[in-house]
Amino acid sequence: MRDIRLLDAMFTPGTLIGSFTQANPGLGGVCTFVGEVRSDHDDVKALELTHYEPLTLPGMHSLADSAFARFDLMGLLMVHRVGVMRPGEPIVCVSAAARHRRDAIDAVDFCMDHLKSAAWFWKREKRAGEWHWIEPRAQDHADISRWK
Amino acid sequence: MIRVVYLGKLADVAQRSESQFASSSGELDWPDLIEVLRNHVNPQISQAAKEERTLVAVNGTVISDKSALIARDGDEVALLPPVSGG
Repeated sequence: MRDIRLLDAMFTPGTLIGSFTQANPGLGGVCTFVGEVRSDHDDVKALELTHYEPLTLPGMHSLADSAFARFDLMGLLMVHRVGVMRPGEPIVCVSAAARHRRDAIDAVDFCMDHLKSAAWFWKREKRAGEWHWIEPRAQDHADISRWK
Repeated sequence: MIRVVYLGKLADVAQRSESQFASSSGELDWPDLIEVLRNHVNPQISQAAKEERTLVAVNGTVISDKSALIARDGDEVALLPPVSGG
């Protein structure tokens, strides 16, 4: 079962995961990661993710293809927000179902590292009433290189 | 018309999210595009387009060598700054 989506409104990861798990009968393990807008900087009031329709969703589908080719998966859920989000709101939910735990855990790690550094998203945050673009981080590139 | 879309920070640089350009020959190559960006949008976006880290997509496909760009009437050209990840 494969469910890849871009959403432009707030979502509740729990409701997605419940139905995803049920859609993969016979699984041995399911691993889920949910990323949320951090609220450790009190001055960050909002985060905006922009995407480019012709590249972003097709890019997520080819990432899913790579995950299925690399790991022994039964199902993969990859849901990503775009638009303006507030601290505490979910940005991304990746869930993998597999017969064995290692494939599920590694597939989620693999998808997240690629979403964080290679997916077609541009991010800016609002501090003190002004928007600031977020530049790519060296750590994200180091994370993706683990899979080469 | 050839549509040029500015993504991420480049929309701020261009002060708009897209432009439409007409070409008398029906085509724009890379030097033409740099030139129309400078003359019809602003020098900053023209400069940013030339930066090595700015990638270019034509009709949803990223091209490996932007200097070989040929955009034709009806094409959509996207200027893509480095992604900041999800």
